[in-house]
Amino acid sequence: MGLFDYFRAPPSKSAAVAKERLQIIVAHERGGRRSSPDYLPTLKKELLDVVRKYVPIDQSQVKVHLDREGGYEILELNITLPDEEQRQGPR
Amino acid sequence: MATVIVVTSGKGGVGKTTTSASFATGLAQRGHRTVVIDFDVGLRNLDLIMGCERRVVYDFVNVINNEANLNQALIRDKRVENLCILPASQTRDKEALTKDGVERILGELRQNVEDIVCDSPAGIERGALMALYFADEALVVTNPEVSSVRDSDRILGILASRSRRAEQGDEPVKEHLVLARYAPERAHSGEMLSVDDVLEILGIPLLGVIPESPTVLQSSNAGVPVVLEEDSDAGAAYSDLVDRFLGKNLPHRFTTIQKKGLLKRLFGGG
Repeated sequence: MGLFDYFRAPPSKSAAVAKERLQIIVAHERGGRRSSPDYLPTLKKELLDVVRKYVPIDQSQVKVHLDREGGYEILELNITLPDEEQRQGPR
Repeated sequence: MATVIVVTSGKGGVGKTTTSASFATGLAQRGHRTVVIDFDVGLRNLDLIMGCERRVVYDFVNVINNEANLNQALIRDKRVENLCILPASQTRDKEALTKDGVERILGELRQNVEDIVCDSPAGIERGALMALYFADEALVVTNPEVSSVRDSDRILGILASRSRRAEQGDEPVKEHLVLARYAPERAHSGEMLSVDDVLEILGIPLLGVIPESPTVLQSSNAGVPVVLEEDSDAGAAYSDLVDRFLGKNLPHRFTTIQKKGLLKRLFGGG
């Protein structure tokens, strides 16, 4: 910094803006890259068939979600069973 | 078994060829038999940076097409023992790099050297993909600037999905960050992404920080890898980088503001 630099306005903290923008765009682009494996839809359909043998449910009641955390992959399966009344049907 | 190291970045002009030249020279100085290959077919420049442009007779593509053998194409460095350069072709296009051809030449080189440094072209097209496909380790060269960091992240994704190691389910390519053109005083004043910012975003281990330095241009003007300018800050930074790559535990230099004398502070410069 030269003598005259002391009289200039201090530079803006644009690095903080850069970092924030990068974190958002990089997270977004990584999300698209790590798409779920192609067996997931088939897995979901077969699971649905098994559960249907015992309980009447439809497609929207099975949720399959794959997560990555560190070196692990977590397969999360969520099946919403219908209410007791619906299951037994009208008497 | 030789190690194949790709020097890559996605973005152009960040210092890949400068890094390839100095990294390979540094390895050879430390006794490793090393070859550095230019993958930038059509836009070769490694020969200029290494100062051997007038000694190019045959090139990488000639060897792939069996128009010359490896020994005819390899240029032995005149300054450092154990170092050879394999120049890219200036007249063909990047389609000349076939996977089988590249594999065959790397296979031949593996018999005779310890380190093979692949200087990648910019972009994510064929030349860049071929440079990284066979890699065991990768030096990802990044500048502290948004487009460079984003492109580096993209390249990390490609290393993790499209390298041979990824395709065959082997241990992943070992990644190293090289942060080049760094200006500690600008990072300190909040004008430039800091080392920690870039590390936080990319999440790979830091191999070296190369300070922005006029010596880099001077040495490329002269055709001398900057690592040979041992008294310069950039040269010393590359030298440390090579030592760290070979397992030495050295603290990072040139990441904080250098103290200046009173005269320099008053009148600028440096």
